[in-house]
Amino acid sequence: MHLLTPSSPHFHGPDTVTKVMMRVVYALIPAFIAYTLLFGPGVIINVLLTCITALSCEALMLKMRGRPVATFLSDGSALVTALLIAIALPPLAPWWIPVIGTAFGIIFAKHIFGGLGYNPFNPAMVSYVMLLISFPLEMTAWPAPLELREELLTLGQTLGLVFSGTLPHAMQMDAITMATPLDSLKTQLGLGQGVSEAVAAHPIYGMLGGVGWEWINVALLAGGLWLIFKNVISWHVPVAMLATLGGLALVFNIIDPERYASPLFHIFTGGAILGAFFIATDPVSGATTLKGRLIFGAGVGLITYIIRTWGGYPDAVAYAVLLMNMTAPTIDYYTRPRVFGHEKA
Amino acid sequence: MIRQLFKFKGGIHPPMHKKESTHIPIQQADLPNTLTLPLHQHIGESAEPLVGVGDRVLKGQKIAKANGYVSAPVHAPSSGTVVAIEERPIPHPSGLDDLCIILETDGQEEWAEKNPLPDYKTLDASKLRNAIRSAGIVGLGGAGFPTAIKLNPTAGKPVDTLIVNGVECEPYISCDDMLMRERADQILAGAKIMCHALQAKTCVIAIEDNKPEAIEAMRAAATGCDIEIVPVPTRYPQGGEKQLIQVITGKECPSDDLPIQIGVVVHNIGTAAAVHRAIELGEPLISRVVTVTGDGIAQRQNYEVLLGTSVNTLLDQSGGTTNNVERIIMGGPMMGFALRFENVPIVKTSNCILVTTKENIDPPSHVMPCIRCGACADACPVSLLPQQLYWFSKAKEFERAQDHNLFDCIECGCCAYVCPSNIPLVHYYRYSKTEIWSQERDKEKAEQAKMRHDNRQARLDREKAEKAARAAKKRAALKAAEEKKKAEAAKQAEAGETSSADTSTTKQDEIQAAIARAKAKKAQSKAAPKNTVELTEAQKKQISEAKERRKKIDELANAGTTDTDKAP
Repeated sequence: MHLLTPSSPHFHGPDTVTKVMMRVVYALIPAFIAYTLLFGPGVIINVLLTCITALSCEALMLKMRGRPVATFLSDGSALVTALLIAIALPPLAPWWIPVIGTAFGIIFAKHIFGGLGYNPFNPAMVSYVMLLISFPLEMTAWPAPLELREELLTLGQTLGLVFSGTLPHAMQMDAITMATPLDSLKTQLGLGQGVSEAVAAHPIYGMLGGVGWEWINVALLAGGLWLIFKNVISWHVPVAMLATLGGLALVFNIIDPERYASPLFHIFTGGAILGAFFIATDPVSGATTLKGRLIFGAGVGLITYIIRTWGGYPDAVAYAVLLMNMTAPTIDYYTRPRVFGHEKA
Repeated sequence: MIRQLFKFKGGIHPPMHKKESTHIPIQQADLPNTLTLPLHQHIGESAEPLVGVGDRVLKGQKIAKANGYVSAPVHAPSSGTVVAIEERPIPHPSGLDDLCIILETDGQEEWAEKNPLPDYKTLDASKLRNAIRSAGIVGLGGAGFPTAIKLNPTAGKPVDTLIVNGVECEPYISCDDMLMRERADQILAGAKIMCHALQAKTCVIAIEDNKPEAIEAMRAAATGCDIEIVPVPTRYPQGGEKQLIQVITGKECPSDDLPIQIGVVVHNIGTAAAVHRAIELGEPLISRVVTVTGDGIAQRQNYEVLLGTSVNTLLDQSGGTTNNVERIIMGGPMMGFALRFENVPIVKTSNCILVTTKENIDPPSHVMPCIRCGACADACPVSLLPQQLYWFSKAKEFERAQDHNLFDCIECGCCAYVCPSNIPLVHYYRYSKTEIWSQERDKEKAEQAKMRHDNRQARLDREKAEKAARAAKKRAALKAAEEKKKAEAAKQAEAGETSSADTSTTKQDEIQAAIARAKAKKAQSKAAPKNTVELTEAQKKQISEAKERRKKIDELANAGTTDTDKAP
């Protein structure tokens, strides 16, 4: 009898990388449904473009690097990156925005560093930041939520806008776009208005954050909580990030409610929830020790609040995550847990 | 009163598969024709044979004696004749051979004289320990540490709690479960003896709550005595000594200390039963309960097996293996090792034979790169950072691995079990540990060599100085002699001619003799290259171990280049 003699353990649990990644994909589905319902079919076009680009670039890079293409293509990591880019892009952006962004993320942020498991920065955020810096016009042309829009686009008209940049006859871009809540608030505050004035003057503000946006964030929150429940992510990063962001907002809001927005507004607008549950929890580029994750999350929350409030950009989750990515190895080194039977780490 | 339990960190809940082998009672395994008894079935030095080839031995007769303090004797499991004392494959992860006594059984089962000590309570603890030691009892839970040593409390450190370990947390294994169900009274009797030897204040028998029948049986047997039966919530690796101590007492055993230092001693329930048999019946350790289970075997059950019985015999008695067997594991699926041969004997530490098929062992995916998800760190019961240790091992940064407490790893396998990337993490740690050990040995050797060199240099210098002094003395003497000679020659020249032929022949002879000596030396050195023959057993073993290690490194290196996880 030919017997194999590998070393123990001989059995393995049911988890695989593919299962982990697919759970993240499932957790994003409610948010995409909400996004599409509230902002129109442009969202679906973005998803298709980023997914196709991500999988093609992944396959190409794997082939060039001599890695088993099928094994890695089916691990689901490229899909997760694609979806995270898609959810961060304006739904009516020209087709080359998602394509260039995703290609850059997969090729330069992921495979140049060695592919799955080796990227020091979150690929989706690298590609988002690259796009924001390189194509600020296209990246800030956010469509208004459908309920606030004066005119609606059909699927055919949406496709025409995305792929050839043409709007239906007599329709202006201004008629379908609108500043995001964070952007609008920043502008109004910059003009010397108070928070309550700004909110009263603009129809974009909703109950929690912005009209439409708040429901996407609720869907993301639900997906994120499910990920914690399924043990895909731990509670440490989301709790630390949202608590820091909300806590800072609360302190400043109490000091001067007219100059600083409420904690609820900060949490339910922009990328805070997406960042807390789906971006900052990326295991590859984040801290791994439990204490480290708390510090990492708090850092993201802090930087986000600072840039949102005093910086030049309306939102800052992507920058905050990338900056904290750089600190992850150091955080891990200094937050080693106390080993069983030892006095201290 | 319900005892307060504590929690250990990490751990996993793998499928247990225990019911498959607990449906029928423990059955006596067949008496085989030959028994193969390795001299090394425990932690410590190998035993020394007391018998020769051709000797007839009786059941229970001591056939090899303990060699030193950390060692254990071996007894004949049945009566018969010693037919050989030679190297045979033994159940060891290395798959290497080791010295064994081969016994041909005669079927008589004729017992040697038994010396029970039924009134042990009147005896001194040291006498009790000697009897247990002499019965060859070692930890039957798997580690095989000589039991008598663990019954010897340090002076001034009284034992607070004796924990008898009936946790049996590894999947598939059910020998302790069955033993508790069927021989609860023996276990309790053994526990009492241990308590007496240790003068322990309290005794607790811990059993995982997935064994309700065993808990019931133990409770029934323990009514009226002050030994407490404590069910503990099932979680692997709760049976680990330090983990169990934490669960029961809440104490954390220091990394470099033995549990006895914090007043706790842990013994396996099988060991307790063996102690009872040794003391109260006078029977040494010659058999144990073994679980035979797994998808690759027809009949899954527990056997009372004579030590030295071949695994093959057991498999045959269980209806043979299916034809899709992939590995045969001695021990459980988490910490057991795969056997290279099926003809190795059952030894004192063999608790389970797990026959697996390709279907139930196939990993769910290829080996993928580490995604740093931290599942391993969550599962680690020792609070290590398994993925950091993995990176250090992979990069051969052994110092950093040690700095991250590699040697606190208990190799429970939790990290590798939960790893979504299916990385054989424990394999990497074993590799690092052996590399560090061998480096340390090399370092020690180098230091010794340096010392030898320094000593030699000092000796040479001293000799040189001495030689110079002698030469100076000699020169002075010669000079004096020459002057004398000259004076004499002058005298002789006067007296007439003298023959110089005499001195030249003696010189010639000397040269011839030197050449002959050199030739002889050359011939001798040709016949016997110095460093490959006449090696001691230990040296041979060292060489083969080194070869094995080298092979493993190569394998690992190859695995590193063929698996999908390649650094760019």
